[in-house]
Amino acid sequence: MASRYSYGGDEHIFVECDEEMSLEAFFKSLSITKAVREAQIAGVTEICPANASFQIKFDPDVIKPDDLLAELKTIEAQTGAGMAHLSTRIIEIPVLYNDPWTHETLMRFRDRHQAPDKTDIEYTAAINHLDGVEGFVKAHSGAPWFVSMVGFVAGLPFLYQMVERKRQIQSPKYLRPRTDTPKLTVGHGGCFGAIYSVRGAGGYQMFGITPMPIYDPNQQIKYLREFMCLFNPGDIVKWRPIERAEYDQIVADVETGKFTPNMAKVDFSLDAFHADIDAANAKLTGALHGH
Amino acid sequence: MAIKVVKPGLSTTVQDLGRPGYYHIGIPISGAMDRLALRAANLLVGNPENAAVLEASFLGPELEFTEDATVAVTGAELPARVDGVERATWTSFAVKQGQTLSFAFLKAGARAYIAISGGIDVPLALGSRSTYTLGALGGFKGRKLEAGDELPLGAGAGAPEGRTIPRALRRGPGSPAVLRMMPGLYWHRITEAAGKHFFTDTWKVAPEADRIGYRFRGGKPLEFVPREPPFGAGSDPSNIVDACYPYGSVQVPSGAEPIVLHRDAVSGGGYFMIGTVISADLDLIGQLQPHAPAAFTAVTMEQALAARHERQKRLAEIRAAL
Repeated sequence: MASRYSYGGDEHIFVECDEEMSLEAFFKSLSITKAVREAQIAGVTEICPANASFQIKFDPDVIKPDDLLAELKTIEAQTGAGMAHLSTRIIEIPVLYNDPWTHETLMRFRDRHQAPDKTDIEYTAAINHLDGVEGFVKAHSGAPWFVSMVGFVAGLPFLYQMVERKRQIQSPKYLRPRTDTPKLTVGHGGCFGAIYSVRGAGGYQMFGITPMPIYDPNQQIKYLREFMCLFNPGDIVKWRPIERAEYDQIVADVETGKFTPNMAKVDFSLDAFHADIDAANAKLTGALHGH
Repeated sequence: MAIKVVKPGLSTTVQDLGRPGYYHIGIPISGAMDRLALRAANLLVGNPENAAVLEASFLGPELEFTEDATVAVTGAELPARVDGVERATWTSFAVKQGQTLSFAFLKAGARAYIAISGGIDVPLALGSRSTYTLGALGGFKGRKLEAGDELPLGAGAGAPEGRTIPRALRRGPGSPAVLRMMPGLYWHRITEAAGKHFFTDTWKVAPEADRIGYRFRGGKPLEFVPREPPFGAGSDPSNIVDACYPYGSVQVPSGAEPIVLHRDAVSGGGYFMIGTVISADLDLIGQLQPHAPAAFTAVTMEQALAARHERQKRLAEIRAAL
């Protein structure tokens, strides 16, 4: 796949690694942006990897646009097909599926939904041929997800499910965007999952809510003191279904500084993943339990 | 030293030249919508050009001063009053301890920049005092001003009053506003005919126009080149696999109404973009009122860079004039 380069005005270069989403396109974006960061090119001010593309912001008073474009193409050529290994971390995210808050919200916006007589989970389960809510939760939380982009708003992760394409959950966005989404909603649109870091407008299907904040501009929450956003592209997420009692407990523990997210260092190999997806995922999630 | 907010205005926020470096995790640059006006206001009161000022949209605030200060109002034509007596815009004036600064109705433009000697001294958040309201970050408690707020001021240099910026150096949008855009990004998704009428149609600023982005309506819908939706993009012809959005980029959801992303841009998403308004013209967008007519015009990189240098020259002339 050949990348497509375009100027975004006089201050950005936009690079589409592939038109469609795949782990290969994501790794290409991640490896080229890593190489650009390491190259420390004078005049480059922002390096933004995305799902299957990336964007470089630059100061044309410092580097000529054509020179930067040529340099990026050279870096792409040197990076080749992209790195096949990634040292990263896996983070467990507790989720209360079918929670009262997203339920209240989705009922308020039923007139904007494809299936007004179903909840978002029931609808997504049906169109993905999953066995009801239970089958859906199993499919959604069964395999880990890559953080393939952070953005839209502060700290919001886009998540890509680490299973073969035919097993990936897909769902359309709402027919018309909602004007409200509860903070920390676990949502889904197209092939991407997301966690809404702040309350606000949104168009993704809503499946549940996590008690674990992922963005804290005041940096009061213990695990967000060092930096206000939890996620970086390349992180791996594993959902863990929880019940209401545990949800309330975690909310209380976050408040009193007793909650620590369950996370572990892991190594990801694209080749090993493709050779046996379930085995590779079992190894990744095993790290959360000390294996 | 402080100023007390008696009335907050419609949407008044603390802004400086912004917070670069965090777009890759969704935190936009923020800062003044009209950068040139912010720099001019600071220069008038003797502040560093990057000092934090108040950006007031459409309706000015009412502020009570607890200390003497020098003030300047630039950007929109929002006539200032000190204890009811009008003061000229783009000109520094004194406000004494106990006096009240208020504003008459907006005459032109959309956003006024109120610089106060010493600058608004809210804490730095990721290197900037700018307010990013969507993320409740920076500025005064991460939000627009409310009645009763008390804003701390830095130590002022006490610039003289009566300094002014010549009319010829003030910049505002014409009518219709002509916004120069470099076609690109996903331009190939629309038909040749759509590409032509996009530039010849007259657009109007929609009511949904804020610091995140400016929406335009009134032009004909854009027709798409047919395609098989790529995996992960979504079924609408305007969908793409969620990607990063350049500042100034022009997205057109479902081909209907163009949205130009501005200083508080959402950093990415799943709508295709047909190009990017050049950096030199973003200031102008910040001064457009709802319903203002606007047209887009295509430019090359060379023209964009020439416009950039033109704007830098104007700033140099403003500096030289003071």
